Amino acid sequence: MAAFQERPMGFFTDTSICIGCKACEVACKEWNQLQGDPAKFTADSYDNTGQLDAQNWRHVQFIEQVPDNNGVVFNPTPIAGGQAWLMMSDVCKHCKNASCMEVCPTNALMRTEYDTVYIQNDVCNGCRNCISACPYGVIGFNEEKGIAQKCTLCYDRLQGGLQPACAKACPTESIKFGYVDDLHKVADDRLANLQKQGYAKAQLYGRDEKVYGGLNAFFLLMDKPEVYKLPNAENATLPSRNNLPGYVGGVATAVVGLIAGLLAFRNGRMNSNNNNTTTPN
Amino acid sequence: MPPAEHFASPPEWQWWILAYFFFGGLSGGSYALGTLLRFGGDARDESAARLAFITSFIALIPCPIFLMVDLGQPLFFWHMLVDASPGGGLAFKPDSPMSLGSWALLAFGLFSFVSFLGAIAEVGWFRATNGIARILRGGVGLVWNAIGTVFGLFICAYTGVLLAVSNQAVWSDAGWALGGMFLASALAGSTALLLLLARSRRDVDADTGVRLETADRYFVILETILIVVFLITLAIAGTIGKVLGVWLVLWLVVIIGLAAPIAMLSSGAARRWPPVAAPILALLGVLALRALVIFSAQI
Repeated sequence: MAAFQERPMGFFTDTSICIGCKACEVACKEWNQLQGDPAKFTADSYDNTGQLDAQNWRHVQFIEQVPDNNGVVFNPTPIAGGQAWLMMSDVCKHCKNASCMEVCPTNALMRTEYDTVYIQNDVCNGCRNCISACPYGVIGFNEEKGIAQKCTLCYDRLQGGLQPACAKACPTESIKFGYVDDLHKVADDRLANLQKQGYAKAQLYGRDEKVYGGLNAFFLLMDKPEVYKLPNAENATLPSRNNLPGYVGGVATAVVGLIAGLLAFRNGRMNSNNNNTTTPN
Repeated sequence: MPPAEHFASPPEWQWWILAYFFFGGLSGGSYALGTLLRFGGDARDESAARLAFITSFIALIPCPIFLMVDLGQPLFFWHMLVDASPGGGLAFKPDSPMSLGSWALLAFGLFSFVSFLGAIAEVGWFRATNGIARILRGGVGLVWNAIGTVFGLFICAYTGVLLAVSNQAVWSDAGWALGGMFLASALAGSTALLLLLARSRRDVDADTGVRLETADRYFVILETILIVVFLITLAIAGTIGKVLGVWLVLWLVVIIGLAAPIAMLSSGAARRWPPVAAPILALLGVLALRALVIFSAQI
C-alpha cells in the first residue's frame, strides 16, 4: 500500500446521509483499543455514548426535531424546514488554528505531516489545559493512563497507507476521508445538490476559514451549527484572545494595588510621626 | 448581543487547583507586602516585612506539590519546563499561561527562598544565612525584592488569566477581569494573613498593624470593584446564571470576607469581635471566591 502524500488530510462528514448506525464508533474503538465508557441511559434519543471523550473518539449525535403535530401525519414529512431526526458522527475537527495546541504547556499536542492534530502520549503529563480550551469538547482525560486523549485521525493507519477506521466502516459513506482539497470539492458539489433539492438550511461547517481557520474534519449540516453543539462563527474564538487583556488587567490591578499599599504605609507613617511630634510630653 | 455559547468539556480542575490558587495567591501577595513594608515604610515596619517574607515562602512550599498531585502523570511534572518531544529544548510557550506560570513559579521560588533565608537570619532563627540578610539590606535588596515582587504578583494574577485563556463558560467570558480580581483578592488575603500572624508576635509594631488595616481596606475596595466588573462581564456574556443559584452560599462568604475588615472599624458591634475574626473571615472569603470561580464553570 502506498503511503499518503504529506498534504492536509481529513474528513468530510455528510450528516444528510448519516443513518446513526454507530459503525464508526465501533470501528474506532476496535482499532484504537478503546474500552469505552460503561453503558448508560442518557434519555437522549438513541444516544447512549453521551459525548466525545477519552474513550469515545467518534460520537453519533441524535438530534430529534420531529414536531408533535397532534397525531396529524404530514406526507411527505417537511424535512426541508429542518423538522427531522438529525444524526451526526462527531469527531475531533483537527482545526487549522487549534485551541488545544495554543494552551498546551508541554508541546504534547503537535501537528503531523498530514496537518492533523495529535497528542503525544509520552509527552502529555495530564494537566488537562487542552480540555478547558477545546471549544468542541473533543478531548477527554483518560484516568487509567493519566493523559488527555482524542481522535488521532488514525495516524498509525495513515502512515501505513490505510484510511481511518471510522471512514472505512461507514456504510453510507457519510464519513469521507481524503486530502482536504479534494474533500472540499466533494462537499461543494453535495451542498449545491442539496440546495437544488430545496434543503435551504443545508450548510458546510468548517469548509472555509471562518471557524478556526478552517477544519480538516469538516461537516455538511442540515441545520444551524448550534443545533449540533458546534459554535457558530461568531462564537468560534481562540483562547488566546484573552491573553493580552488578561495580563493588561493584571498589570493595571498590580499598579493600583502597589500604589494603594504605598499610600497606606507612607501616609500612615507620616500621620504617626506627626502625632508623635505634636503630642505634649 | 446574543449569549456566548460554550460546548467545551470541563477540565476537572478541583480541590488541588483550588488549594494552589489559594496558597499561591497568599505567597505572591505576602512577598509584595514584605517589599512594600520594607521600602515603603520605615525601620519600625521591618519586623512585619520579615514576617511577610517568611509567610510567603512557607505558603509557597505546598504549591508545587498541589500542582504535581493534580497532574495525571505527576512524575512528568518536568515536562512543563523541558520539552520531552523529539527535538527537545525548553518548553517555554508565551501563549500558554500555564507554561508562563510554571516558569514564573520556578523563578519566584528562588526569590522567595532567598528572601526567606535573609528574613530568618534577621529574626535570629538561622544565623548561617546572615550574609544573605546583609546583602539584601541595601540597594541590592531593593532590586532583589522588586524583581521578586513582579514574579509574586504574576503568581497572584496569572491563575486568573489561565482560566480566562480557555473556552469555558464564565472563565473565558470574564476576559480581562479574572487576573486582576485574583490579584486584588490575593493582596487582601495576604494582608489579612499578615494581620493574623502579626497579632501573635510582640516584635511587630502596633502602628504597622494599623497601617496594614488601612492597606487591607484599600485592597478590599479594589477587589470589590473588580468583582463587580467580573459580574458585569458575565452579565454581558449571558452566563451570569452559572455563578448564581447554589453558589450564592459562597458569595455570602465572599461578601462577609470583604465586609469584615471595614465593619471592624465602623461598626460598634463588630469592634467587640475577637481581633482574629476579621482576618479569618477575609481569608475564608478569598478561598470562597476562588472556589466559586473554579467550580461554577465546571458544573
